Amino acid sequence: MTVTDDRPTTEVGTARLRKEDQRLITGRTKWTDNIQLTGMLHMAMVRSPFAHAKITAIDTSAAAAAPNVMAVYTGADLGEGQGVLINAWPITPDQKAPTHLPMPSERVAFAGEIVACVVARSAAAARDAAELVDVDYEELPAALELKDALSDRVLAHPDLGTNKSAYWVFDSKEAGTGGDVEEAIAKARTDGVVIEREFRQNRLIPAFMEPRSVVVDPTGEQNVMWSATQVPHIVRFALAATTGVPESKIRVIAPDVGGGFGGKLQVTPEEWIVWSVARTLGKPVKYTETRSESLVAAHHGRDQWQKLTMAAEKDGTLTGFKVELTADLGAYVAVVGGGVPVLGAFMFNSIYKFSSYHFACQTVFTNKTWTDAYRGAGRPEATFGIERMMDELAAELDMEPLELRRKNWISSDEFPFTTVCGMEYDSGNYEAATDEATASFGYDELRAEQKRRRDAGDPVQLGIGISTFTEMCGLAPSRVLGSLNYGAGGWEAASVRMLATGKVEVVTGASAHGQGHETAFSQIVADQLGVPFEDVEILHGDTQISHKGMDTYGSRSLVVGGEALVKASEKVIAKAKPVAAHLLEASVDDIEFSAGRFGVRGTDQGLSIQEIALAVFAAHNLPDGMEPTLDADAVYDPVNFSFPHGTHLCAVEVDTETGAIKMRKYTCVDDIGTVINPLIVEGQVHGGLVQGIAQALWEDAVYDDAGTLVSGSFVDYTLPTAADTISYDVHHRSTPSLTNTLGTKGVGEAGTIASTPAVVNAVIDAIRHLGVDDIVMPCTPERVWKAIRSAGANQAAPTVGAAQPHFDESETENGAAL
Amino acid sequence: MTRISVSVDGATYTDDVEPRTLLVHYLREQLGKTGTVVGCDTSNCGACTVHLDGRSVKSCNVLAVQADGHDVTTIEGLAQGGELHPMQKAFHECHALQCGYCTPGMIMQSIDVLNDNPHPSEQEIREGLEGNLCRCTGYHNIVRAVQQAASSTGAQA
Repeated sequence: MTVTDDRPTTEVGTARLRKEDQRLITGRTKWTDNIQLTGMLHMAMVRSPFAHAKITAIDTSAAAAAPNVMAVYTGADLGEGQGVLINAWPITPDQKAPTHLPMPSERVAFAGEIVACVVARSAAAARDAAELVDVDYEELPAALELKDALSDRVLAHPDLGTNKSAYWVFDSKEAGTGGDVEEAIAKARTDGVVIEREFRQNRLIPAFMEPRSVVVDPTGEQNVMWSATQVPHIVRFALAATTGVPESKIRVIAPDVGGGFGGKLQVTPEEWIVWSVARTLGKPVKYTETRSESLVAAHHGRDQWQKLTMAAEKDGTLTGFKVELTADLGAYVAVVGGGVPVLGAFMFNSIYKFSSYHFACQTVFTNKTWTDAYRGAGRPEATFGIERMMDELAAELDMEPLELRRKNWISSDEFPFTTVCGMEYDSGNYEAATDEATASFGYDELRAEQKRRRDAGDPVQLGIGISTFTEMCGLAPSRVLGSLNYGAGGWEAASVRMLATGKVEVVTGASAHGQGHETAFSQIVADQLGVPFEDVEILHGDTQISHKGMDTYGSRSLVVGGEALVKASEKVIAKAKPVAAHLLEASVDDIEFSAGRFGVRGTDQGLSIQEIALAVFAAHNLPDGMEPTLDADAVYDPVNFSFPHGTHLCAVEVDTETGAIKMRKYTCVDDIGTVINPLIVEGQVHGGLVQGIAQALWEDAVYDDAGTLVSGSFVDYTLPTAADTISYDVHHRSTPSLTNTLGTKGVGEAGTIASTPAVVNAVIDAIRHLGVDDIVMPCTPERVWKAIRSAGANQAAPTVGAAQPHFDESETENGAAL
Repeated sequence: MTRISVSVDGATYTDDVEPRTLLVHYLREQLGKTGTVVGCDTSNCGACTVHLDGRSVKSCNVLAVQADGHDVTTIEGLAQGGELHPMQKAFHECHALQCGYCTPGMIMQSIDVLNDNPHPSEQEIREGLEGNLCRCTGYHNIVRAVQQAASSTGAQA
């Protein structure tokens, strides 16, 4: 770790082992599916096998008569009481969106949509009976392929009259933040260089390990929902807004949640249906999805075409970048929906000094699973686009790709820097991160080996991929969200409660699902209040305890939620100070607070914050008129985004005879500002890297011509295993962010955002001399082999499922064959 | 219904089960052993891994009736006398878990890997864990944890 921050640190910066682990390694966990309530009933769903069909009849009589079945419901039975699923971010005023009922009664718009549900005394009985529900469908033509859907030849929702949902544009000339990109391109066509490419962002599935589960208990005055969600507060708001139940009667609890990666940032049909049915029956009801249901019905991510035009001068100076995206929404506009590609709108220019920029995105309906946030959300797509194009430009100019980047990036003495998008980058040091990365990677040695192999005509060629990236984290300043027409703010809430025994309860509106908030947030508060790490208890994920919050996504928990903790702690100290003065019979002006102790300046007299807490609890002797509490709430609204950055380097061997890819080394140096806990940071980077690498090499949600998800189980949706992956060379730097007092920038998405282009650039770099300049992701051996054989024609052919290599034993004999 | 008698984490249970009941559902729903979890329906993910007579099995791939008369150890039975199993300790110390959902199965499988091969290479560890999926850690720290457990104690079950 390179520390460039001279702030005195105690807990912050320490590699504390996690508080969360004890229950997780011993099986004392509270996953939603573990919950059992007296009289609880179980639900199973009946899902459409067709991508697009009219429901002409549903016969539920056999299911209703099956053993231990309590009720069967269709969409018509649920009626208006089922509520509706909301989109929180209509990206344009004229965005088209079909009504999204949790359970439609007339027409299904994707394979996997729920058409009926069965409630029974056991999960097995419910599932058995669900098989007996007889649904008659009249199949309709389905809009499937994204570009074809754009033509409106087949409509995903005939009533809308078009598949086009919204067209969103940012133009630097119109915004006054830069020049005219068309002029820059025209000029480059005459006396510079223009690179034009079209890249495919494959459709991905977040594939959190815990399948989604929901329990609703309508008994008692409060209606309680437990849900495997990242966003209990958003779910509560949306339930109140769409089902007519007062918000004050709704309690949503996210207990232990097994991963999310954006995939549990949603308001789901399953939650709404269980809510409606449990309230109708007056009994607790549980629904837990199977993995197959999860893959087909939980939202997917990415799925875009990116048409990119880059203009530069002949010496490599960048002058313009034009981005035209087509983004697949799937069948409905999800809660963030079309906002996901827009989150990338300000990032395609990345760390480079473009003088003109244009971004346009067309969102499109298809009869496929809906799409929404998946780790990085918009920013991986942007990073992929720019970093692939930088390598393409370098190749065109015959420049060393790192040199091209150096020539164009914002140098460390230019911060704060306002980009061509109008974003103000507060801090960064791209030179230092890159120097550290190239040294650790052994960049020059690997380049030398690459040359040797190339000169020798080695059938195994070496490729080096680069990704120098930045991202915007800390979602988000509420005013910015408002200007983008997002439906809510981006603040975060915290409370600090001083207990009589000296323990500290901290309530956060962030909602962890693997991030380690209980540990990292304890470290922050322990430093702020000067209390032992062990004495801080972090409470979260229950709207009755944490009544206010914006939840966890977009690398925001620490940057926004952590700052709220600081503000609340400061208020506690401010409240305690007059008490200390009163008890020590000193002037408030003479009281100094340091390391948990209020001392009288110039004396050895003092009281600990715990002693003050006890005195306030007793309230026997307080300053006149003082309210007997030290507890404090704070809501923090960030003033700006934070901009972590980093340099990622990847070396792969490509077997030109088989197309097999083997990763040799992966080095990254991420500058993420102040590090609260280096252990947690490294873990976040490792996991993020593998998700980004997986997009490049393995994962793909594939549909057949009928709109059926072919990769609908873990047999075919190939998550990487331990045997597919390698150990990573991970470093971080800490140029503090200037936009918050802790100096944090966020790290949850960095690895995923940066790694995908690093890997693809490496693969292309290995075989570019054979005439290959692109391979569609995932870069399976089949595609690599075909690219080599066809001497560089772009490979848009779909993956053949059987070609996925990593369950084949022979592939793994020689190390991490990919 | 079929009557079975199974030893789980040191206690003996006698129950009537439907013959089709999977061991994982028996453990979770009838015995309340919710430390063992279900992550998929195709036996790919390994989240439900337990030990059956000391060998790892995916408990979604075993019928409860097949466990009749046998010994099952779940994640909940690993710690002895308040002492964590060395593999549990290693997972904690190496930060080999984040959301923790795959962790019970991953720990049970990791113990089995070391039982088979007390001194595995990194690649042998990776191949030994190939049947267990983790979405959070990228496996990096899981491999380190198994290496640490191997060097500190050798295999223990």
